Parts: sequence; C-alpha cells; structure tokens
Amino acid sequence: MAELLAKSPCEGLLPKEVDGLTLSEAKRATMTSLSPYRGQEAVLSDVLKTEHGMALPRPNRSAGKEGARAVWFGQRQVMLIGPDPAVSLADHAALTDQSDAWAVVLLEGEGAEDVLARLVPLDLRREHFKKGHTARSQLQHMMVSITRVGDARFQIMAFRSMAKTLVHELEIAMKGVAARRAS
Amino acid sequence: MRIAGKGLVDRQAPVSFRFDGHTYQGFAGDTLASALLANDIRVVARSFKYHRPRGVMGAGSEEANALVTIGSGAAQDPNVRATVQEIYEGLEARPQNCWPSLTVDLLSVNDLAAPFLGAGFYYKTFMWPRAFWEKLYEPVIRRSAGLGALSHQHNPDAYEKAFAFCDLLVIGGGPAGLIAALTAARAGADVILADEDSLFGGRLNGDVETVGGMPGAEWAQSIVDELEAMPNVRLMRRTTVTGAYDQGTYGALERVAHHLADRGGQPLECFWRIVARRAILCAGAIERPIAFRNNDRPGIMTASAVRTYLNRYGVAPGRRITLFANNDDAHRTARDLVDAGVHIAAVFDSRRDVPESNAYPIYRGAEVCNTSGRRGLESVTFRTASGEDKVETDCLAVSGGWNPSLHLTCHMNGRPQWSEAIQSFVPVEGMVPGLDTAGACRGTLTTHGALQEGVAAAQVALEALGIAFDKIDIPEAEDAPYRVSPLWAVAGKGRAWLDFQNDVTVKDVKQAAKENFASVEHMKRYTTQGMSPDQGKNSNVAALAVLADATGRGIPETGTTTFRPPFVPVSIAAMGAGAQGAGFAPQRFTTSHAASVERGAPMIEAGLWYRPSYFPAPGETTWRQSCDREVNMVRNAVGVCDVSTLGKIDIQGPDAGAFLDFVYTNMFSTLKVGRTRYGLMLREDGTVMDDGTTARLGETHFVMTTTTAAAGPVMRHLEYVHQCLCPELDVSMISVTEQWAQFAVAGPQSRALLNALVDEDINDDTWPFMGCGDIIIQGVRGRLFRISFSGEHAYEIAVPSRFGNGLFRELTARAEALGGGLYGMEALNVLRIEKGFITHAEIHGRVTAFDIGMERMVSQKKDCIGKTMSERPGLNGPEREQLVGLKPIGPVKQLTAGAHLFEKGAAPTRENAQGYTTSVGFSPTLDGFLGLGFLRNGRARHGEEVMMVDHLRNLTTRCKVCDPVFFDPEGGRVRG
Amino acid sequence: MRLTCPVCGERDRREFYYMGDAVALRRPDPEAGDAVWDDYLHNRDNPAGVTRDLWQHEGGCGAWIVVTRNTMTHEVLETALASDVKGSVG
Ligand SMILES: [Zn+2]
Repeated sequence: MAELLAKSPCEGLLPKEVDGLTLSEAKRATMTSLSPYRGQEAVLSDVLKTEHGMALPRPNRSAGKEGARAVWFGQRQVMLIGPDPAVSLADHAALTDQSDAWAVVLLEGEGAEDVLARLVPLDLRREHFKKGHTARSQLQHMMVSITRVGDARFQIMAFRSMAKTLVHELEIAMKGVAARRAS
Repeated sequence: MRIAGKGLVDRQAPVSFRFDGHTYQGFAGDTLASALLANDIRVVARSFKYHRPRGVMGAGSEEANALVTIGSGAAQDPNVRATVQEIYEGLEARPQNCWPSLTVDLLSVNDLAAPFLGAGFYYKTFMWPRAFWEKLYEPVIRRSAGLGALSHQHNPDAYEKAFAFCDLLVIGGGPAGLIAALTAARAGADVILADEDSLFGGRLNGDVETVGGMPGAEWAQSIVDELEAMPNVRLMRRTTVTGAYDQGTYGALERVAHHLADRGGQPLECFWRIVARRAILCAGAIERPIAFRNNDRPGIMTASAVRTYLNRYGVAPGRRITLFANNDDAHRTARDLVDAGVHIAAVFDSRRDVPESNAYPIYRGAEVCNTSGRRGLESVTFRTASGEDKVETDCLAVSGGWNPSLHLTCHMNGRPQWSEAIQSFVPVEGMVPGLDTAGACRGTLTTHGALQEGVAAAQVALEALGIAFDKIDIPEAEDAPYRVSPLWAVAGKGRAWLDFQNDVTVKDVKQAAKENFASVEHMKRYTTQGMSPDQGKNSNVAALAVLADATGRGIPETGTTTFRPPFVPVSIAAMGAGAQGAGFAPQRFTTSHAASVERGAPMIEAGLWYRPSYFPAPGETTWRQSCDREVNMVRNAVGVCDVSTLGKIDIQGPDAGAFLDFVYTNMFSTLKVGRTRYGLMLREDGTVMDDGTTARLGETHFVMTTTTAAAGPVMRHLEYVHQCLCPELDVSMISVTEQWAQFAVAGPQSRALLNALVDEDINDDTWPFMGCGDIIIQGVRGRLFRISFSGEHAYEIAVPSRFGNGLFRELTARAEALGGGLYGMEALNVLRIEKGFITHAEIHGRVTAFDIGMERMVSQKKDCIGKTMSERPGLNGPEREQLVGLKPIGPVKQLTAGAHLFEKGAAPTRENAQGYTTSVGFSPTLDGFLGLGFLRNGRARHGEEVMMVDHLRNLTTRCKVCDPVFFDPEGGRVRG
Repeated sequence: MRLTCPVCGERDRREFYYMGDAVALRRPDPEAGDAVWDDYLHNRDNPAGVTRDLWQHEGGCGAWIVVTRNTMTHEVLETALASDVKGSVG
C-alpha cells in the first residue's frame, strides 16, 4: 500500500538569504507539549531530567540543546522538542503531540535582532535576551514563540497554517535591514 | 544669495533640483528652503484661505508657510515642509494650493473677499440653504481652500515600523541633548538620542557662538563622534519623537529616505515605538513672530531662521535686511549679518533700553506697523514716538521671543505654566512620568544653561536607573541673559497674521472673543487657529495673548489649548506600516489548499482561513451547477471536504470532565471513552456562544471542536473560565487545530471508501454513530470520528498535518472512483440547511438555547456557565423568535438571507416584522429553496403561511413555516 | 501602554486582550437571585481613579491577569494572576 507523503510547513517557501541573513526551516522534530498536573512540577522536572537530560525550564527560558530542547511555552506549558517523550512523563503532565502544529524557522546572521525589532514588540538584543532565553509574543499579528538558540540565531515558531505569512513578514524585514546596512 | 565662506553646506558637491518647473542649483547639506533662498526664490507657496503669496518663514519642522509637494504620480508627497526636505540630485518639488500657477493665482480673489472669510466663516456661511452645501460650498471650498493633494492612487512606497528599547531616551540633539546623552552614555546607560534634523547640534549649527572654545557646530560633531563610537548608544537622525504615551512608550518618526535620490530598497519612513525607562526632553524652543499689518509677505521671516540660513547654509535671505524685535536674542542675527557683510537697513526694537550699535541704525521703542511689496517685501513702515516712517528692505527678520517646545510634556494631559520672565509657557515637572526636561524647552535660553541642565537631567535619570556616574566637565559656553518685553500684536488697522498656515488674524481672534467664544478651546475651533499642520506651534502663545487682552484676562488665566500627539505631521502610511497589502492580517492555509486550487476551486475567506467555495467540473458554468452536483454526490455516493479549520482543543487532566460539565450546558463527565457528543456552550448571560462535538479519547482526555469562527474566542473563554472561575480544577488546554488535518468523508459510500483505505474493519460495532478513536491510515496514526454535519452516514478522519496533503489527494481519488468527489463550502452549507443544522448565521449572539429548540440540553442536574441567566423571564416563551424552516409556496420561488418575515397580508413595515431569515440555499435534494430563520413563537406556527420581504433586493416570497429539519427528520441515514 | 504580566514580565499592550471589571471573578451562587446576577453581569462602576480589571496575556503566555490601575493617571498599580486572586477570595 502507498505511504502517505509528508510535507513540511515551509516546503517551497524556504530557505531565503538576504545579505548574510538567512532564514531556514528547522529540521522536523517531534514536539510534545507538557502541562504539569497540579503539584507535579517538581516531579515532572526530575523525570524530564532523568529521561531527557534537562530540568523543566522556568518561564521565559529554555533548556537542553539542538536535538533535545525544552522550551517554556506558556503558563504551565513546556514544549519538548526533539525526543519522543518518555512514557513516564504522562504520569505527571498532560502530553499533547504538537509536532505538526508549528512552523519552525531559524533566523540567523548579524542583525537578526534588527530584523525582529521590525516585527516583535520585545527587546531581543543580546544583552537582554541571551542564549537560552525564550518568549511568547507576537510577530506582526501572529502568536509566536521566539528562542535565542545561538549568538546570532533565533528559533521562531508560528502556527503551521501561517507559514507563508511568517516567511513573507520576515523576508520583508530582512530586506529592509539589509537595505539600511547597504546605505 | 549665497555668502562666500559661510555655512556648513558642501560647496564641492553641487546638487541640481527642480522647483515649479525650473531647474536650480544647491549644495549637499541644503534644505529645499535654503536652496530656494540661495536662488533668490521668495514666493514658494500660497496661503490656505486667501491664497496670498508666501515665502519661507522659519528653518525648522514648525514651518508654517513653505509647504510643497514632492514627486509626482502615485508617490507624490504633499504638504512637505521645504525647511525639512533635504535636496538631492533630481529632486522635483511643486508649489501647491495655487491655480493656475504660483505667481498668477486666480483664487487670490479670495483675498479680496477677506471680509467675508473671517472668524466663524464656516459656521455662519454654510448653514443654509442646505442644498447649497453639496452643490456649491463644498466644491468651492475644496477647490480654493486647502493644502496639497493626494494622488488618489495606491501609495507605492515602502514604510516600516520598528520597536526599540533603552534606559534613556534623549529627545533632541542640541547642546542640552548632546551633553545629556554623553553623560548617560559614559556612565554605561543604554541611550537613544533622537533628533529630527539631519545634523545633530540644534541651534549650535545656526549660531557662531563657541562651546568649549571651539565653534558650536564643531563641538557638537565632536560629541557625536564620541557617542557614535559607543556600543551602548543609538543615534537616530531625521527622527522626530512625536508623542509621549503611557509607561514610558514614545512614538518617533524616522524619515529614512526622503533625502535620497536612490533609496536602495530602504523604506521611505519608519515609525518607531521606543520604550524608555527614562527620557529627557531637550527639544529646544521656537521663535515666535509678532503680529502687525501685512506681516505675511515673502521676505518676512523669524530672526533665528535668518541667522540659521546665514551661518549654517551660507545664505543671506535678503540684500537690505531689517529686523524687528522685542528681545536681545534677535540682535545676534544683526551682528552675524553685519559680520558676514550683509547690509542691515535698520533694527526696530520695541524696547527703549537697547544698546547702541555702530554698524546699523537702531530704532528704540519702535514698532513695524505695515509692509508693502507686490510679490514679496519691498518696504516696511515703522512707528516711533516721533511718528511713522518707511524703510526699503527685502527681508525683515522678526523676533517676538521664544516659546519652549514643551509639547511632549503635555501629551498625558499635563498643562504648562506661565513664566513672566520669558513671557511664555514652561513645562511643569512630572507631567509625563519618567520624563525630565533640559535647556530651552524648559525655558532656559542660554547655551551654558542648556549644558548645565542637560548634565543635571542625565544625572537625575542615572540615579533613578541605579547607574553610577562620574562628574562631567561642562564646557565653557555663551551665558548672556535673555531679556524680553512682551509684544504680541502691533496696534493698528488691517490684517495682522497670527496663524499663517490657517490664515487667522488678530481681528479673527478679537471677533471670536466678541462673539463670546472666549474660552481658548472655543476660540481655536471658531477661528481654526492652531488647527493647521503646524498645530499652532508658531501662533498659539500669541493668539491666546491676544485673546487674553480681548477678554480682559491675564494669559495664565486664559490657559492653553491641549497639546496632543503627534508633534509633527505623521503619514498614516507610517503609522500603519507593516499592515499594507498582505501585512493586513495573517493568511491561514489548510494542507489541502494547493490541491483545491489545482482543481480550480475559488477560495473564499473564512476568518483568516481560505476555504474552497466549490469545485467546478468540466462543462459547469455557474457555481450553482457545481454546488448542486456536490450535494447530490454526498447524498448518493460520497463526498470529501477539508474541515481542518474547525477549532480543535485538547483538554486533559483529572478534572477535565468536571470542567466540560461547567462550560457546556450538557453532561460530558458521563460520556464513555471512545464516544463523541454534541455540546452547547452558553455565555454567562444565557445566550448561545458556540456549539460543536467533543470526543472522549481517554479517561482524562477530551478533544473539543469549535466552529471555525469561534475557535479563538472559545479558547480564550475556556482559559477564562478555568483561570478566573475555577482554578482549583486540575485541567489544561491546548489548541490542536494546527496539529491535525481533518477531512469529512460523507455519504452512503463513506464507509466503503474508508474500509478500502485502512486495515481495521469499520462497521457499526467498531465505529458506531458518534464513535471515535485512533486508527492507522497507511502507516500513519490518525483519528477517526463517526460524526456528520450533512445528515449522511459520515466520518471525519484526521492525520498529523504533514500528511494532510497526501491524505486529501488519496481521499479525493478514492471518492471519485466511487462516483463521488470533493465538495466545497457552498455544498456544505446546503447539506446542513437541509438538515436544519445551525451555524453562526443562526447563533449570532442574540439567540438562546430555547430559541434554537435546545433548551432541554441545559442540564438540570448541574450548574454551568449561562444556566442561571438562560432561565430569566423573557428568554423562554412565545414572545421569543424561534428557529423555523421556511419553504416558498407562491409563484416566487427564491429565498434570501437577511430578509424579514411578516404575517400574511401585513404591511411590510418595521413595526410588523415578526422575524428574519438567517440561512438559505437551493436544495437539489428537495428541488427548491430552503430557508432557516427566526419567527416569533415560530415552533407553534408550523404550517402557517408567512411573507418573506427583502427590502434591499426588492423581493417578496410567500413561505410556509415548517420544522427546520427538512430532510430525513428521523435521522435514519446518519445511522444507516 | 505597557502591562507587567506576572509570568512574562513587562510587555506592550498589544499582546493583551481586555475583558472588563474584575468583578467577573466573583461569580454568584446560581440561586443568588436576579438582582445579584444582574449586578454581576451588567452593572459596573466607572471610577475616576483606581479600578481593577481583567486582561489576558493572549499574545503571550495565556495567563489571565487582574490589573489594578488608575483611570485618571493611567498608572498601573499592580498586576496579579487571576487564578491567584480567585484562589485567595475563594
Ligand atoms: Zn504572560
């Protein structure tokens, strides 16, 4: 029997490169939201540490590294990105598969902060938004999760259905920043 | 006239530009105004109301006269102040508000009609007869009064918005701002320094005075150099801070590319939202004119502007210059002109104690009382104790004193206070939290004072920020006292202008007072003083001084009008930057979008989503043909439709059942695992909020569906109920709308289609009506729900979105092989109307559970949101408009949505209306139009004939009232 | 305008959804009677001064927040999680 073909959210839209700034789609990863049950945060954190090597991140922070990351994702909500979630996590938290719900893009390069300053009402400059910092906010009119995953590298997540708008907005801002630099 | 050896413009870089059809030369660093003056162009504009010739008056963003249009075609930019516009190679500027030309303006007949165009003119003249308004007054006014025109085409320019954050925002880069920024920057604070000019330095660039032993402009440049090298400083040139808002938010307009011939992809403007923990306003001051007869002739300028043109641009705006002042500062202009070799014909000072000069005649206690000249100033008449006399002159530099630019301090409802010492308003501290003032905007009108206050304000800010700082040396600078004696308007006949931009004279203000528009806010609206693009920056203080005089009150008692943002005009395009075109709202696409478009389906917007309207088959020429075919296909074979846009919310936790019992009117805690139930959700006021099915996937795991339109509001509502009303419940929610691509497979052949697709055997035992569960589809774990929105035996099948495109194509092929195919929104709508299923066309925010016949779904065994209020009197009875079905029975067969219902034979008037239609469609199944609607006491009126009247489409249809379930009322098909 | 989300920190107003008076937290007993329910749903003070209302950090963490602010000065005096406030009033 034929297999169903998989399509990534940004297929055909990325990558883009403008004057040293790049926008690319993150490698597909399992994404699972974890919402701890009442009073289970500490235990959940321990289990997460044992099973996936990182404690439950505090608000506005992420933990782990490329391939296995836990990103704070909202009130009482953390997104585990990378590993398939250990079964034991389900004893302490509501688990929801979100692998297909988000378009995940990476914005990289000198001036990435300036690009985001045109779209996001947050201070994302390196001194204030360090590596590992994360925020839920808005990019233009879209709800997003933004995480600094490198010195000049941001992971941006928006609803999958909005991938085209996400790329469009980022590309305009990238071009604007590049044009200013050139002048 | 250009003066050799003077100015900061680059004499090595000539720039040619065009004005009013002629080509002129200027230099890099010139503004349009300075370049025009250098070319001896005196008339640059016509006035707003009287079409009087006007010339350049000032040298800053407050310019009231020299408004021009830049560019042409779609991108033309009207009302640009020539004093702000930097010239570039090929710049094309045009005069505006003149016809047929700048020099011969036929509409200057308005000037002769001046007696009729005075204060309150609009109110008095255009009141009656009413018919004249559209036919005469408005077209005439449009033609003759006004400013530049828009192109009436889409604006092709790019605009940008941006956010910035800092510890300290310094607004204005004159001496106070520069040293404030330096003090804070050296202490390590994160500083933004914004100035609307292309050059930092403020007045230092227009003056010859030294700072720290070097020319002021050089000192300014040295500070800029130091700041520019610091990583904690952001210098924002050509950036006007336009407004102060709550919690340290400031708006700022950056003119990014107005000065460039080649923009190189840059936006024209950028509107910044700057969040500053502290701010210092160092906006300087604006020199004010004095009102006297015919004080608006080209060649009459402010004294500081004349000085700026001389020192910064190397331009003398005249060859025989006169000055008229009531303060010391203006004498500097005379001194600088003489030093540059320009002839000063006379200086008139209204005061008596004025020092002598060897270089030019000074008239003490003198007032200019009239001027003459055809297209520009030729002579002035002045009055002293010994009588009137006349002097030939081509430029009169006027100074009535200085008004601090304190506007931003009043943007949060603050009021300034009157200072006798400087005869103007000065800011009151603390009017904008976190904002201090320094220098001239604070009423301190010496360079030394500005520097001192800049340092002090920065230190106050640093202390508040908790940043340690070192002592900073204040450089030596000019510290001459500022002496001014009030003189607002010279007594005498004739028109003396206060507000040049709106053509408001002293007489108009007096007239307003006489007609009892004596409050300053009333006077403003009656005369339009202060309502022009300069927002009264040049005229407010003088106008209210005249009003104070006319009403016999003091200036402080008269008060000021309200200063509101923006400080300078801001284009709507800049404020709305980012929201043009596709930026207006995000677009949401389903995984089947490409496949639907390939099929030629017109995509329609459903909220932010795009959904297929119908799928045209070969030979079909109208949407109805496609729609009818698709409906028949679902009723007789099988149809496939993407329903992913419906909201899907994952609800988990030990208390998930209890939570659902509270948000839904009916019980969900009793629902068996593996089953789905229809749920009704009310608002707390008892009206219906949304409906949908909720499936129980596990003991503590539910998935709720919402309508497409209500997905966002329902999610917010659920979080509200949980966090605000029952936080003790252990439950969590997350949207899974985007995670799952979900497709309806509906029709008698739906089970056959699915059984051929999946390994599992789907039958009435494994998947009974309203059953649900996991299922493997070609190796992919998905979910299958046996639910129906068409009344047919149907399923919804869901897979993770990455497989959505694949599954959609697979389902399409299989459906077509079974004699079915895709159906779109039109068919989906007809199918549900045939079954009497409601959507937000019916649950539009005013209907109750009773109205839609679902009052029995409000469980009596428990409390729920909206239950108490749904039982209120008036919400459950024969007086209510209730959901009914409608079928045409007369010769007119058509029904329309939004039409009103009347009793048979009743006049179709508002008073007689008994209800309305909400959804209609042509049913190929029942071969006729079907309608859903609300009719007063409708459930008791099945069988009755009513009249549907659509007043907009002019349609009257006789209808029979019936049960809203038109098709298969027993529901046999859905279970079969 | 800026509000401090107790979870995320200080944020621009555009990230927040405004609902109305925080009286909404004190949902009456179903049997409390028409007058009490009428008050709860419809009657609101319009203070020139300190007011408490409910906002959701919808464009952020999703938390519902009780904001105490002054309608005259626009000063934000306090923000707290609605779930905490509700927990303390019962
Ligand atoms: Zn938050």
